[in-house]
Amino acid sequence: MRPMAQVCMVMNLDKCIGCHTCSVTCKQTWTNRPGTEYVYFNNVETKPGLGYPARYEDQERWKGGWTLDRKGRLRLRAGSRLRKLLTIFYNPDLPTIEDFHDPFTYDYARLITAPPGTKSPSVSARSALTGRELNPRWGANWEDDLAGAPQRARSDPNIATMSERVLMDFESVFLFYLPRICEHCLNPSCVASCPSGALYKRSEDGIVLVDQDRCRGWRFCVSGCPYKKVYFNHRTGKAEKCTLCFPRIEAGLPTICSETCVGRLRYLGIVLYDADAVTAAAATPDPRDLYEAQLSVFLDPEDTAVQSAAEQAGIPHDWVVAARRSPVYALIARHKVALPLHPEFRTMPMVWYIPPLSPVADATAAAGYDAADPDAVFATIDALRIPLQYLANLFTAGDVAPVRDALRRLAVVRSVMRATQLGLEHRNDAAEELQMSTADVEDLFRLLAIARYEDRYVIPPAHAEDAGRLLAQHALSGCTLESEGAPGMGGKGPSTGGGPVSGRDLAGRLHLRLVAEPTGRDQ
Amino acid sequence: MNGLRGINGFQLFWWVILPYLALATFVIGHVWRYRYDQFGWTSRSTQLQEQRLLKWGSPVFHYGTFAAIAGHVIGILIPERWTHDIGIPENAYRWFSASAGTLAAVLVIGGVAVLAARRLFVARVRATTSAVDWVALILLAIVIVLGIAETVGVGLLGGGYDYRQSVSLWFRGLFAGNPDATAIAHAPLIYQVHATAAWAVIAVWPFSRLVHAWSYPVWYLWRPFVVYRSRVASRPNEPGTSGRRWRRIGVRY
Repeated sequence: MRPMAQVCMVMNLDKCIGCHTCSVTCKQTWTNRPGTEYVYFNNVETKPGLGYPARYEDQERWKGGWTLDRKGRLRLRAGSRLRKLLTIFYNPDLPTIEDFHDPFTYDYARLITAPPGTKSPSVSARSALTGRELNPRWGANWEDDLAGAPQRARSDPNIATMSERVLMDFESVFLFYLPRICEHCLNPSCVASCPSGALYKRSEDGIVLVDQDRCRGWRFCVSGCPYKKVYFNHRTGKAEKCTLCFPRIEAGLPTICSETCVGRLRYLGIVLYDADAVTAAAATPDPRDLYEAQLSVFLDPEDTAVQSAAEQAGIPHDWVVAARRSPVYALIARHKVALPLHPEFRTMPMVWYIPPLSPVADATAAAGYDAADPDAVFATIDALRIPLQYLANLFTAGDVAPVRDALRRLAVVRSVMRATQLGLEHRNDAAEELQMSTADVEDLFRLLAIARYEDRYVIPPAHAEDAGRLLAQHALSGCTLESEGAPGMGGKGPSTGGGPVSGRDLAGRLHLRLVAEPTGRDQ
Repeated sequence: MNGLRGINGFQLFWWVILPYLALATFVIGHVWRYRYDQFGWTSRSTQLQEQRLLKWGSPVFHYGTFAAIAGHVIGILIPERWTHDIGIPENAYRWFSASAGTLAAVLVIGGVAVLAARRLFVARVRATTSAVDWVALILLAIVIVLGIAETVGVGLLGGGYDYRQSVSLWFRGLFAGNPDATAIAHAPLIYQVHATAAWAVIAVWPFSRLVHAWSYPVWYLWRPFVVYRSRVASRPNEPGTSGRRWRRIGVRY
């Protein structure tokens, strides 16, 4: 066992209203520069739909992620390393800018400089690549709220594999939103695809980054990532990707997309996993078993053997404590309501999703549906408007059972908590069948419904002081204020006035409580 | 310095001093660029902007160029005496040089034609080209067109010219510290211009996108698939320098 820590995100799709605030704040923070106009580290897709770039989920076409060779060994779907070096002058699997969109702005100056006349001046779109006029035909948010769905949505790769019945049911249309960032995978195919070794996974927190100095623009990471979350900056000629806002994560703060999410649907926390088990799990023969395989890679932070192994492996104590309090681990492993996005890509993605509940589509046809007892959704999960098969194609490589169970657990939390709070009678059989204790239900209610800031984000700050210790010899030169007895001694970042770890600093920013104490709000 | 006997000052400057200046620029320029501008060191791929022409132009050009470079190694770096000694007669060498060279030339000119058309006429690609790239690409085009004229026009269709008795001697002499300027000074004009433009390319090389040639990632064949990195201590940067140790003279940060 080789425990490693990974910062992981869960998004509760049940709450996403598709407001794109995450995309906007992310773009303002990271990609509001020339060359990254078309780059969305975070984007929100309407499902069903083609996504961004168009049909990125179709790996028959784009050859992203991993596959198994004849002997069952893991290999990059795009081919061998030698093949990469030979096709380096033209990457056959790279999307063009048309698959994203020709980035454009508007020639606003014309509104002011237009000559006087009777017609109102209008502005036309200008390409950011060439400065010429263009007619936009596709974009990151083109199919928002099913815009153009009658023409396009049937090309959604997740629908293409669905049964005839579901295709016909498409007449009773459904939609939900899927916010996407980089998955910061445990088995990242972008890292494996980079010939320069410029992409790397940080061993402390698992964040996948591009070293801008080492990137040589060979662009195999772009095609290697099955989620198409590595982008090519057309000005600098270098790859860029979601950084999971590592400067914020290192400071114990949530990513900007999480911080600004108005639906408060994102969760961030630590997951401990066994690095030695990743490759074998990713090579699970049946794609439908990959969800369970990935679950088996995670280590239970309550297990004392895991705790001591983690501390022996150099994971700081406060990180192990944070792992025990991790909302992400709870949602993924303890309650099993969160599911990975496209586990069949075999990259072991680390941004998981709680599937969305939806209204019952056809109440009369749903077996066991009782209009007088709306909380008995348990029996009618299969009749929800969003087809289970569609969700399964997204989250479990087509296996409906885990999706059904996750949705049932969500439904149970609703019915039990409603009954509890209104003092109604309720049957416990559903919860029992799902092996959910009252504590489980209340814990899920706390995480999903109350969803306080401190419960959603449990992020231990990075231990930068360990890195500094290596440089300690430098301090022996006497040119420092931080040696024994000197005025700067023991300083670890700006002082918060000697108060507790949790509290508010001058900027009004909430510090996250790191030591596990099952108390309520801060005093 | 036998090779310098009987040449005038201009020839000395043009065939001896300029090449050495170009070589010095090449070496120092690369050291500077590598230390100062890792961020700018990239292939500057434009495949994102345009694919259909690149699909044919780029591989054909690059593989053709490899063949052309191999041909130059055989023809310029390997002395004529060596091929003679292992029993390759001059006729056979010249036949091989002309035919294999022509094959490489066809590939290179085909690739260059597509790539040049792409760079000139595809607006998205043209917009990415910096000034120094234009200089490098135009010089490269001159070298290629003249090189093809030599291989095909002189070597294959014309009477042939034994550059190994003139250009090669001068070129190797430069590296031996004994350049035979007389030999190149009496070579046909087309070889002289080809050689001059080639030195210009060498001089511009470290400042252009051509540096990506040194980054061909052979190491990828051996390295582990997933790269992990951990935080290491590093000295804090000098304020305002963003870690760059070399600065422009006279600029305070």
